[in-house]
Amino acid sequence: MLRRFELHRATSVDEAIALRRDLGDGAAVYAGGTEILMTMKMGIARWPHLIDVKPIPELHGITVSGGMLRIGAAVAHWDLERDPAVARAIPAFAELERNVANVRVRAAGTLGGNLAFAEPHADPPAFLIALDARVVLSGSEGTRRLAVSDLITGMYTTTLGADEILVSIEIPIPAADARAAYVKFQILERPSVGVAIAGTVRDGRFRGAPAVVVGAVDEVPRRVPTAALDGARADDAAAADALAEAARGAVDPVADLAGAADYKRHLVGVFAKRALAALVAEAA
Amino acid sequence: MPQRTMAVALNGSKREVAVADHTLLSEMIRGLGLLGTKVSCDMQVCGACTVLLDGRPVSSCTTLAIEAEGRSVDTIEGLADGPRLHPLQTAFLEKAAFQCGFCTPGMIMAAKALLAERPSPDEAAVKHWMDGNICRCTGYETIVEAVLDAARATRP
Repeated sequence: MLRRFELHRATSVDEAIALRRDLGDGAAVYAGGTEILMTMKMGIARWPHLIDVKPIPELHGITVSGGMLRIGAAVAHWDLERDPAVARAIPAFAELERNVANVRVRAAGTLGGNLAFAEPHADPPAFLIALDARVVLSGSEGTRRLAVSDLITGMYTTTLGADEILVSIEIPIPAADARAAYVKFQILERPSVGVAIAGTVRDGRFRGAPAVVVGAVDEVPRRVPTAALDGARADDAAAADALAEAARGAVDPVADLAGAADYKRHLVGVFAKRALAALVAEAA
Repeated sequence: MPQRTMAVALNGSKREVAVADHTLLSEMIRGLGLLGTKVSCDMQVCGACTVLLDGRPVSSCTTLAIEAEGRSVDTIEGLADGPRLHPLQTAFLEKAAFQCGFCTPGMIMAAKALLAERPSPDEAAVKHWMDGNICRCTGYETIVEAVLDAARATRP
């Protein structure tokens, strides 16, 4: 049962911006509904107006050009896990999408909604930050691009402006010999811990420091310092242990139903090593 | 309460349905007397309320009815052809893949979407697809077997 509200179907970015400006705090942006309808059903928040952005053409489509994978904000996880261009460009992202929540959430939930809602227990943010992805935001002041790490600033908190719409997500496609991986631990439909990694292994050694980002345990995804891995042998157990230590130190876990803080910190170390092993296996 | 009238293809037959913006798809379906769609957790975790929206499995408890405008909605009532059960229904019966039956309509609708996309899934694919449908009685072995049996039965 939902309390009464009015649904406004925006058919253009400009119309959505105007609706946000006119309706202010009384309106929330609605796409797949997998997060926002839950919030409303639980009585955590109430909006007399929802702005449906799914009818906006610019929020759809998956394209590859200039070394960039561009995903419309209203593209559903279901489409991302099936799209051949995604699987070709960034196979680890297609795999991540194949394992978001459950099949019904994937069928309805959108990538843009996932980022804009900023639920900490989510898979895409850590991975997108590891790949230096950015979002395209449009508002009455114009269009701007923002790193995903600068979009999500807290639990359920973003820097999205009051009249801005998330239009698309741009992910730089890793270089030909670079690889990426995402590993997670999950009991029900949300991850307890997720670790994303992107980097290059050549001739048995890390070339440059891989990007490692821990998601789901802290209020926001956290980057792990990895400079020590630059040039390290891919099979160096001490380097893997050092990464696990660095990962544990990079997070301040939030205790919740997914686990106590010290338990999550332990898992972060375990999964940082698994992420490293996954990257090495991908590169082999 | 303001209502919108919309066209829906419900279990294959076109009809006009009046809904409010905040009406949930599960409320619309059950309000039309189709009580096979069950609402259990009411938070898109358990899968009991699974119906197909343009062929995709969705949690009808957390989907706005208005999303069905101009689209097809398929529920458990649409599966049997008169007295002839759908192969999934037959397989669930033969494997005794349910006990209380509350999760079964959602299980079968989810499985229907799987077989539409992948007529010959292996066991891992069935488990991956169905892992968002929760049963609290039987355990999952007979459910996975029933889906695999139905796949074999419907294969050309």
